[in-house]
Amino acid sequence: MIQKDLTIRIGGEAGMGLESSGAGFAKALTRGGLYVFGLPDYYSRIRGGHNFFSIRIARQPLYSHAEPVHLVLALDMETIRRHVDTIVEGGAVVYDEKEKVPERLRQPGVSFFPVPLTTLAKEQGGREVMRNTLALGVAAGLIGFDPTYMESIIRDNFARKGQAVVDANLRVVEAGIEASRPFQNDFPYRMEAVPDAPPRMILNGNDAFALGALAGGCRFVAAYPMTPGSPVLHWFAARAEEYGVVTKHAEDEIAAINMAIGAAYVGTRAMCPTSGGGFSLMVEALGLAGITEVPVVVYEAQRPGPATGMPTRTEQGDLLFVMHASQGEFPRFVLAPGTIEESFRAGWRAFNLAERYQTPALVLSDHYLAVAYRTVEADALDFDEAQIDRGALLTQEELDALEEPYRRYRVTESGISPRAVPGHPNAVWVSTANEHDEYGAISEEPGNRTTQVDKRMRKLEGMAQETEGPSRYGPPEAEVTFLCWGSTYGPLREAVDRLNEKQPGRANMSHFNTLHPFPLETTASAMERAKRTIVVEENATGQLETLLRARTGRSMGGAIRKYDGRAFTPEYILAHLPEEV
Amino acid sequence: MLTREDFAGKERPTWCPGCGNYGILNGVKMALAEHDIPPHEIFIITGIGCGSKLPHYMKVTGYHTLHGRSLPVATGARLANHGLRVMTVHGDGDGYNEGLAHFIHTIRRNVRIVDVVQDNRIYGLTKGQYSPTSERGKRTPTSPEGSIDGPIEPLALAITVGATFVSRGYSGELKHLAWLIGEALEHPGYALVDVLQPCVTWNRGYAYDFYNERVYKLEEEPGYDPSDRTAAWEKAQEWGERIPIGIFYRGEPIPTYEEQVPTLAAGPLVHQPLGTLQPAQVEALRAEIT
Repeated sequence: MIQKDLTIRIGGEAGMGLESSGAGFAKALTRGGLYVFGLPDYYSRIRGGHNFFSIRIARQPLYSHAEPVHLVLALDMETIRRHVDTIVEGGAVVYDEKEKVPERLRQPGVSFFPVPLTTLAKEQGGREVMRNTLALGVAAGLIGFDPTYMESIIRDNFARKGQAVVDANLRVVEAGIEASRPFQNDFPYRMEAVPDAPPRMILNGNDAFALGALAGGCRFVAAYPMTPGSPVLHWFAARAEEYGVVTKHAEDEIAAINMAIGAAYVGTRAMCPTSGGGFSLMVEALGLAGITEVPVVVYEAQRPGPATGMPTRTEQGDLLFVMHASQGEFPRFVLAPGTIEESFRAGWRAFNLAERYQTPALVLSDHYLAVAYRTVEADALDFDEAQIDRGALLTQEELDALEEPYRRYRVTESGISPRAVPGHPNAVWVSTANEHDEYGAISEEPGNRTTQVDKRMRKLEGMAQETEGPSRYGPPEAEVTFLCWGSTYGPLREAVDRLNEKQPGRANMSHFNTLHPFPLETTASAMERAKRTIVVEENATGQLETLLRARTGRSMGGAIRKYDGRAFTPEYILAHLPEEV
Repeated sequence: MLTREDFAGKERPTWCPGCGNYGILNGVKMALAEHDIPPHEIFIITGIGCGSKLPHYMKVTGYHTLHGRSLPVATGARLANHGLRVMTVHGDGDGYNEGLAHFIHTIRRNVRIVDVVQDNRIYGLTKGQYSPTSERGKRTPTSPEGSIDGPIEPLALAITVGATFVSRGYSGELKHLAWLIGEALEHPGYALVDVLQPCVTWNRGYAYDFYNERVYKLEEEPGYDPSDRTAAWEKAQEWGERIPIGIFYRGEPIPTYEEQVPTLAAGPLVHQPLGTLQPAQVEALRAEIT
């Protein structure tokens, strides 16, 4: 039976290499012409505990993970205990034959396949840790997936470690396939490769944002490690020399953003990847960038707060915080990509927007989007569209021709003042965190204050023209219109599809990927057409809903909220529809 | 040849008459003129406090930032454009309280920054609270019974965490101060110039007569060898009837941070070409995820 989609879940303790092997398998499946959505689930610890990696596979594009699991690869008993209830009728558990599975865990309709995982990993690979690859080999055998694709990944990933390591991994996969043979007839779900499929890519939101930022000319990245934002710093650090980037692991987030501001001030495209806690420390400096009009980019991948909260979990709890962070008022962009494609686009756009309007651009992601891997088409990341626009940055020639003393904060109609960077004899000025006049001199005169605030805030008029969305998915007219932002796009999109499959015209959705400046007109017209609106978001207080009410003056028709640290699934959304719907 | 006048600003300082900051402002101008560094080639980054307004009162490229944060801003500026000379100017509350972590980390990185600290051992702009260099027992509005905190010894700390140029000036010894700032400008690495600065309004116990009687120049001290790190560390703690000023420690230069960043070998980052990715680069990046 070829399934529409199936989910394989590999579970065990931290330190068992679940994410790296899972991501490798997800890439092999992608090379095999299948679409994958891969979601790591882990605790904030280095060893022990319980981690798992879910790999949802289909022959059509996937935007989300899903709750039903077809095959559990249990590297320990805890995995069986925790996940046996999620297994569908006919599904199976692969476990180490040296373990004894108590009767109470044996669900009816679920098969249990004992495999000598440890023995075979040691025999064929020489190391017990290779049980992960062995189990994935068993999975490939069970679903009928051609192991050649796994072999190609092994060659790519382990070549630098030497042929012996490559060979050991290949033997382990082969042993896994062999070990699956006695059980193949007892496992009904198949997901064979599609050999003639076009090549596709697989990546997560952090990768996509980093790629976009690099394409957008980001040349300076300063950060302090914090899950889930730090992989962006790692990504750049690994490629810094090759692409002419400077990265700095700073002493704290305060230093990180101040370094980025210093770098941006002198003319480099600079950013700070972080999460909510780190961003909290950056807030004062964000205001410095606001009042001194420095184009700095901050990437904030949310996790549940407050304080340490749940470091390795997801939430959309920082929207209103990020929109309002800092004392005082200044214009800012808040982008909230919902997909891999939008994360890439936000990466390069943020730098153009920041420089065009000489103000901070904030990109709000979250743990779910940042770490989940998704298969996308080869043209999903549009590098050609990624252009670099530096806005009103004065050229050498323009500076040479400057006759009057340079006014860094010149009052203009657009609010944007032609920008120089330090180093030219005709543009010698001082900027200040104090309120200042056109030349940058400190001024507390009431008239000047009003003029300068107005000048800065006038930028919002141009910025509003740059705002995109909300985008609609589903039929133009529907009984229910869902409203969402950021990564909720994926699970909600699938929920909409399922509703419309049952009954066409049942639902559509509007997704916000720019929250500030708020896309007022398009939102108003989307809501005009909506019969019933339901706001779907991952926080307790309804932050998007608050924003929608504040901006449009309309009440919403309902809400689905989740704040347990786990992302929405399509099933969760469908199960939590208001009763009347 | 530049003169002090080339750095003359249009605005009059808001400092109290007799403030030590006048001497520091003049010292900075004199050093820049003597070392032939024009206003657009030096980037002065300051924190918040009376003294941090300094660049507003001269002609220079400057950035008056946040309390305690001038060193990370300066680090970012140096990393993005190491063609610029970078100087930070800030007070003791700014640098040794709010910015203490940055002080230590900037030193251990050895970013080429001349770090001028206006050390008046008191808070001025916020009206007379005790500072991290105030002596124990100091009575101020936030320590009415006398401060319990012991003072920071900035020079000894700088030596301990690896600075290779550690000096102290006195705003009442203008020529000497200008000479020190100049030496710091020529030092290929982080260079500390802590400046004894009378606050004539809030710290009258440390006015000019206090320092004039006590300061002496290390250069004139027979047998003092500024290349001896241990002796410098001991000397840095001398405070009493005699207070040393001058270069406490000048070690063999070590590579700066910016010299060791591979990307910067091709020249200042900001001058490297900024364009969209080449087709071959896009190809390579796509291959990583395909």
